[in-house]
Amino acid sequence: MKLEVKNLVKKFKGFTAVKNISFNINDGQTLGVLGPNGCGKTTTIGMLLGLIKPSNGEILINDENFEKLNREKILSQFNFASPYVELPKKLTVKENLEIYGRLYGVNNLTKRIQEISYDLNLDLFLNKKTGELSSGQKNRVSLAKSLINSPKILFLDEPTASLDPDIGDFVRKYIEDYKSKNKVSILLASHNMKEVERLCDQVIMMKEGEIVDRGTCQSLIDKHGRNNLEDTFLKLARNKNELE
Amino acid sequence: MNWNKVYGLSLRHFYLIKSSFPRILDLVYWPSIQIFLWGFISKFFTLSSSYYNNTVGVILSAAILYDFLFRSSISYNMMFLEEIWSRNFTNLFISPIKIKEIIAALTLTAIVRTLIGMVPAALLAIPLFGVSIFKIGLPLISLLLSLYIFGITLGLLVTSGLIRFGPSFENIAWASLFFLAPLGCIYYPIEILPEWLQIIAKILPLVHIFEEMRNILINDIISYTQIFLAITISIFYFMLGVAVFYISYAGAKIRGTLINVGE
Repeated sequence: MKLEVKNLVKKFKGFTAVKNISFNINDGQTLGVLGPNGCGKTTTIGMLLGLIKPSNGEILINDENFEKLNREKILSQFNFASPYVELPKKLTVKENLEIYGRLYGVNNLTKRIQEISYDLNLDLFLNKKTGELSSGQKNRVSLAKSLINSPKILFLDEPTASLDPDIGDFVRKYIEDYKSKNKVSILLASHNMKEVERLCDQVIMMKEGEIVDRGTCQSLIDKHGRNNLEDTFLKLARNKNELE
Repeated sequence: MNWNKVYGLSLRHFYLIKSSFPRILDLVYWPSIQIFLWGFISKFFTLSSSYYNNTVGVILSAAILYDFLFRSSISYNMMFLEEIWSRNFTNLFISPIKIKEIIAALTLTAIVRTLIGMVPAALLAIPLFGVSIFKIGLPLISLLLSLYIFGITLGLLVTSGLIRFGPSFENIAWASLFFLAPLGCIYYPIEILPEWLQIIAKILPLVHIFEEMRNILINDIISYTQIFLAITISIFYFMLGVAVFYISYAGAKIRGTLINVGE
């Protein structure tokens, strides 16, 4: 599934959070969205998920305008995971997956829950309340929820934030494998530059609501004369003059 | 309307109730306390008031019906607030569920929550005070239906406020029914109100419901016109509530508040 963003703008009272941004995510591609806190990443994701109405511009799904498409049909092919959005804590992992499976209209739900639990090592705590899990376990449950409907476009907001290196690596490897097997398009917002280098085909760098640079990780590193993406990010985030 | 999705969302609340004994206790506790309190007040009035003379149970029946309204509304609000408190709001609103399916799921689940609390309370009143709400007979179903529709309408209006203003609107959720209670003429006839307030009271379904309840219990007369009026007014407000909910949702999308609810 192809996602195209054209001249997207979001104005709130008194300020513009997203200023005329355009980008594409081609079928099976992973796009990294980088930028300091408050640069407009969350607002952009909110618009792509239909939670925020753009002030201007277009979001095209396979060349058709999101606004004109059937919202439920499109959303059934999307999903989202973020450590800042949780699942009901008093419900067991299995109950949460069952509920979201039903909301996403998943066929053979029992089988799908079994598959995804096996893949993400959730079997041992499937009947445990979600609120009783460790951060690493919660994170995998959140990822399981985001994959329950086998989405065509997956939105991941800092998927490995606050995870230890071992679980972080497990999650990254899982995303890599899942992507190669399922040809899913991914939008990844992250502050972990190593993660972005590992997972993303293309990157856009945002600052104060604008896209200030874009390209592959290596092309950006080379262009800005740095050794890695983290240094490139710091240069772009801190030095306004060098952007102009 | 996809009923599988409605069922899925309802399941979320059934699992929540099932998982926690204190939650079930909370649902039953408050209506039962109300019955105790109003049972004794009712007993005192039936012995000391000429208006309520020989009409044992009128006040207690009113208390039960009012609590049914209160529980319906609060149940609706509580279920919505649960999504905010559990920070599940974003997950819910990015799933492919229609607004009307969310409303349907909350409406269906609210009746279950309400009945869990109200059935034991209404049954408790029979042996404790010799008062059975079922004495109202078949019109009771219509009165409860009207109360339920109005209760969830208030719930819808409060949830619209939560969407529009965020969790800060939570206090209004608890207070919403108390704003209307004085105009509802729950425990007293409408004539007690000043004339100008009577006009306002009549545009609410509550007056028609509670006047009819007294009419049946005290005069043993059923006015189908009054019942029809109560249901019609309730449905009108419900439709208004649905419209307000849709407007709030659209407004929240423009203001971007849906993504921050719960933070």
